[in-house]
Amino acid sequence: MTISPVDLRPAYKPADYKSDIKPIWCPGCGDYHVLMSFTRAFAQLALPPENIVVVSGIGCSSRIPAYVNCYGFHGVHGRSLTLAAGLKVTRPELTVVVASGDGDGYSIGGNHFLHACRRNIDMTYVVMDNHIYGMTKGQPSPTTEPEFDTALSPGGTGLRPFHPLVIALASGANFIARCFSGEPNETAAILVEAIRHPGFSFVEILSPCVTFRPDEAGWKNLVHPAPVAATSDPAKAARRIMTDDGFNIGILYRGNRRPYQPAVGQASVDLSELEKDFEL
Amino acid sequence: MENRENVSVAIVGSGGAGAITAGHFLLEAAGSVGWQGLLSRTVGPQIRGGEAAALVRLATHQVEYLPDRFDLLIGIDWLNAHRFGTEIEVGPQSLVVSDPRGGELPAGIAAAGARVIELPMKNMAKAIPDGRANMIALGVAARLLGLGVDVLSALLERRLVGKGPAAIQASRAGIAAGFAAAAEFDFDLRLDAPKPADTRRWLVSGNETAALGAVRGGVRFAAAYPITPATEILEWLAPNLAKVGGVLLQAEDELAAINMIIGSSFGGIPALTATSGPGLSLMIEALGLATAAETPLVVIDVMRGGPSTGIPTKSEQADLNIAVYGCHGDAPHLVLAPQSVGDCLFTTQWATYLAETLQSPAIVLSDQFIGQARAIIERPADVAFIGQRYKATDIVGAYKRYALAANGISPMAMPGTRGGQYTADGLTHTERGIPTSGEHDHNAQLDKRRDKLARFNFGDHWATIEGSGDLVVITWGSLTGVAREAIERAARDGVETRLLAPRLLSPVQPERFAAALDGKKRVLIVEQSHGAQFHRYLRAHYDLPAVRVLNRAGPLPIRVGEIHRAIMEWR
Repeated sequence: MTISPVDLRPAYKPADYKSDIKPIWCPGCGDYHVLMSFTRAFAQLALPPENIVVVSGIGCSSRIPAYVNCYGFHGVHGRSLTLAAGLKVTRPELTVVVASGDGDGYSIGGNHFLHACRRNIDMTYVVMDNHIYGMTKGQPSPTTEPEFDTALSPGGTGLRPFHPLVIALASGANFIARCFSGEPNETAAILVEAIRHPGFSFVEILSPCVTFRPDEAGWKNLVHPAPVAATSDPAKAARRIMTDDGFNIGILYRGNRRPYQPAVGQASVDLSELEKDFEL
Repeated sequence: MENRENVSVAIVGSGGAGAITAGHFLLEAAGSVGWQGLLSRTVGPQIRGGEAAALVRLATHQVEYLPDRFDLLIGIDWLNAHRFGTEIEVGPQSLVVSDPRGGELPAGIAAAGARVIELPMKNMAKAIPDGRANMIALGVAARLLGLGVDVLSALLERRLVGKGPAAIQASRAGIAAGFAAAAEFDFDLRLDAPKPADTRRWLVSGNETAALGAVRGGVRFAAAYPITPATEILEWLAPNLAKVGGVLLQAEDELAAINMIIGSSFGGIPALTATSGPGLSLMIEALGLATAAETPLVVIDVMRGGPSTGIPTKSEQADLNIAVYGCHGDAPHLVLAPQSVGDCLFTTQWATYLAETLQSPAIVLSDQFIGQARAIIERPADVAFIGQRYKATDIVGAYKRYALAANGISPMAMPGTRGGQYTADGLTHTERGIPTSGEHDHNAQLDKRRDKLARFNFGDHWATIEGSGDLVVITWGSLTGVAREAIERAARDGVETRLLAPRLLSPVQPERFAAALDGKKRVLIVEQSHGAQFHRYLRAHYDLPAVRVLNRAGPLPIRVGEIHRAIMEWR
């Protein structure tokens, strides 16, 4: 008779991470699949739902905290990374996942993106990139193509799109991956790796907006698995990321920087000691 | 020799001349022999080469504000002193000690009729290896005040220990030279003997006491962006939070800072940020979020001259409007104002307690004067206000984060608590926290957030109320001590006046306010704001009898003499 070790962790199913709130997204929105990837990843990690916090800003993608059965914070536009930083630094035992979009994360929240990468706090940053502002009905975002015509930018912006993965790498992100929402199992697997990886993990998910960018329905034909394994060499990663076609799916960089986490919770002196410096 | 209970000294020099250092040494030396006092520095925004003055008031008792005029003014040089305008006033009884090589005496000072003695401090310093003119000035002031050389020597040993024996020797020689010169002045500023200390004394700034108050109230996380004149709060918190198991993060901007503390507080760790006007402007959106999501937090705003960049280094009371009304939507929250260097401790600790108890943001409106003044104060009494948040535990069934309750305060689940999962939201939400756009939930939650503040009993700490008489002086913040002195002066002239200084500015306290004004016939409103924001705030919320307003923008402080005159003219 063979005796196998018993896994004492409670078994979780993806459904255990779904809330009872019905998502409000357009039919066909890529974010439905991202939600599916979230719950699958959490179940694979067997994390108690009450120990996960999903933090977001404003936009279609930022609605996701309400749809998972975890703790959540749906804050103001563009500041989710900072709210998450204050939470994670003071409650390091929690698993913190930040959800954002290309407008929320790269435009109004752009500065925080740089500093979150640099700070390298152990959290996972998921940006659902659809190259458009969906919730405000179709204005150009930092990743919109220069010639894309909108009411706010007739004839296109003429501006070169922002390259989030390069910026993440240059700013010090410790894990960089690109996913496609139409592949929820593959995305879930990458999210599991991202959450496990120490430090700041950045996962860009190409998530089509079928309402304002019907052309993005074609992304499913363009995406392809990254041809080579992830590197821990930032120079190599930079070359690959800068020269790929933007549809290269997989983990592209795994760094080994130590995460930022000051010791918290343990006082080394009594409170009454603090006034000693004041005494004349 | 006449009795002298207090004396004031201003030491002026261009930035880098060491005027502020000389002032700090003077205050600390006076404190070491039992006198009390206060130092306010007034400087331009430049780090080097601007104008700088140490304004020191020493007394046999605790003092909280600067005098109308200075008894002794020492000009190491006058290169940029004209920029102070009328901030430093002298009178016919004053002595001005001036280095003839230090440039021309500013016209306002020359015209005051004070006795002027020329003393070549720079040349005297040159005669001493590594000598500095600011130590000559210190020696002059010490001699005129009656401080012994031994007291200053002991102080130098403590303060300059890191700079080596040569530096101590140079300073000691400078002080001795100043001392010898002043012996010839035939001018006496000797203070009465100090009263024996019955409590321990502190030498602190309001920024430091505010920071300690926050930590005593339970704050264990701070996030902030450096800004004058609030940075000392952060520099005190960084090492001291670490000692008690907390941490400070330097944020990339104020938008980040305020959101970081929302995150910490959401996780159950009481949190604070400190800033000044421009930073508070950036934080306003997230303050609305914290109000809507019912996240406790404390924001200390050390007010400076505004609008925009304004006067970063000088005091004003013109952030009242943004603090009370800055948020869009109807967003009631706590606004408090400390009244002295020592009261920064109490008010910030109380603010932390109130924020935690009422699950609300609290703005503490300090100002540059009390924030950056260094004062010798009696150790403030310990207070029992320690933040206690109403937390949800042992949750059974569907958890309602924003459940309606008679007192408006609903139990808050901390991440990690099983069954308490909810999403905090700036969107209008139901009792469960689920976004909605319906009028019923919108009104129910607006009522809840209003009522939890309106129904809370804030007790007697809401205001300082002293004295009687038909006239009430209503003021706030750092002008409280100035008004108190003016009222005491009026009492010596036979005029009884009441002082009313609200420490709690929001929520307003109509019943308590009416009781404080009951039967009174006249109110004199005193504030350091060009637009008379406090006057308009009082008009909006309270019934007032006949009103006069004494208001002025910073940086020229409203003086005791002005308030006294206004009282006497309207008795």
